[in-house]
Amino acid sequence: MANFSSIVLLSLYVSGSALLIASLIGLPIGASLALKPPRAHKIIELIIYTGMGLPPVVVGLFVYMLISRSGPLGWLGWLFTPTAMIAAQVIIALPLVIGLTLTAVQSVDPQLRLQVRSLGASPAQVMRTILWEARLGVVAALLTAYGRLAAEVGAVMLVGGNIQSSTRVLTTSIVLETRQGNFELALALGGVLIVLTFMANFFLVRLSGQTRG
Amino acid sequence: MADLYQLANLQKIYLDRTVVTIDSLSIQRGEFLAIVGPSGAGKSTLLRLLNFLEAPTSGHLTFDGQPVPSAPPLSLVRRVTTVFQRPALLSRSVRENVAFGLRLRGLHPDGAVTQALERVGLSGLGTVTATTLSGGEMQRVALARALVLNPDVLLLDEPTANLDPYNVNLIETLVREETSRRGTTIVFVTHNVFQARRLAHRVGLMLNGALIELAPTVDFFDSPRDPRTAAFINGEMVY
Repeated sequence: MANFSSIVLLSLYVSGSALLIASLIGLPIGASLALKPPRAHKIIELIIYTGMGLPPVVVGLFVYMLISRSGPLGWLGWLFTPTAMIAAQVIIALPLVIGLTLTAVQSVDPQLRLQVRSLGASPAQVMRTILWEARLGVVAALLTAYGRLAAEVGAVMLVGGNIQSSTRVLTTSIVLETRQGNFELALALGGVLIVLTFMANFFLVRLSGQTRG
Repeated sequence: MADLYQLANLQKIYLDRTVVTIDSLSIQRGEFLAIVGPSGAGKSTLLRLLNFLEAPTSGHLTFDGQPVPSAPPLSLVRRVTTVFQRPALLSRSVRENVAFGLRLRGLHPDGAVTQALERVGLSGLGTVTATTLSGGEMQRVALARALVLNPDVLLLDEPTANLDPYNVNLIETLVREETSRRGTTIVFVTHNVFQARRLAHRVGLMLNGALIELAPTVDFFDSPRDPRTAAFINGEMVY
């Protein structure tokens, strides 16, 4: 049971940390791209939207090669640690957070941006205000990213190694238990995963509902 | 009255299209200036230039005796504000909308917000979500949000278009009071020549980005110098 709770907690820790880091980086980038599109914004948007569909296992392979002992970042000693799993998940979540935030901010009435500036907002205040106005879309971006991370198995398996009591999370446990024929346990773990995702969605939707209007 | 704005050989060009081209224009402190003209004449772009939301492509723009830099400081931008034709309100309460500009400045004067709401006749709607109001009420919120800032310059971009006579009259009364009480400089863009005649000290006609004629209100309407002004006033201009 202690092992089971550590798997659940590690799953929450890895996906939660990755979502937090991706949000801290991705929300301002997505908002900036929407509010002040650079000259090459079409190409940048194309790259971001392509990134939204990146196969997690390819991201895992890429991170593996970077942090393996002979890789350029091998000296960090991250391979088969939760840090490596978080790094891989940040790469998976980042294009989603940037792309969906970009779309959400673009959907805010352009005249509102002009009005906010006319009322004396600094560029940072404009960004905060417009992000707030786009909060439902931003919450949807975070939900989508969390859903992808919580369900992700390829990247965390590759860079984490599915090591018991160290890097084993719910999705990798399900794969392992299924392979070993422990279908009841695999199903139970799957149920826990769904409940956790439901709770995360419930929390974020409640949060956006309370702040609406 | 001293000049607050001075524009000389000012041009605003988008890609290869000249949207505004003004050889010379002075706007005096405390003046109520109306700009009339057909759609697409460059009136709204002129207001954005006067609000320092956009920089001119070329020419000189001076405000309060100082040349306006291409990236004006926030302290300068905050002396001017615009009320647009479509009131772009935040999806927050009426009170929060009116307080918004003050909060941007780090101020929290509840009294000023209450007073502004009383002025526009919306005291009882402070807690209502602003975006659920009627068009006229929303425009009054937008006006209260601008007035509460006590700006040196109030720019109005067709604020009464599509409003009923009651709201038109209320808004006209409020902006007229603003000039006479506080000496606020007002630039009012409108399609409605009758409204320009009712409110303004001077009226200018813009066509294709250029200021065709600018004159004291009585002269503008009673003895226009340019035949295009006469045609516009009489509704005979084809554009």
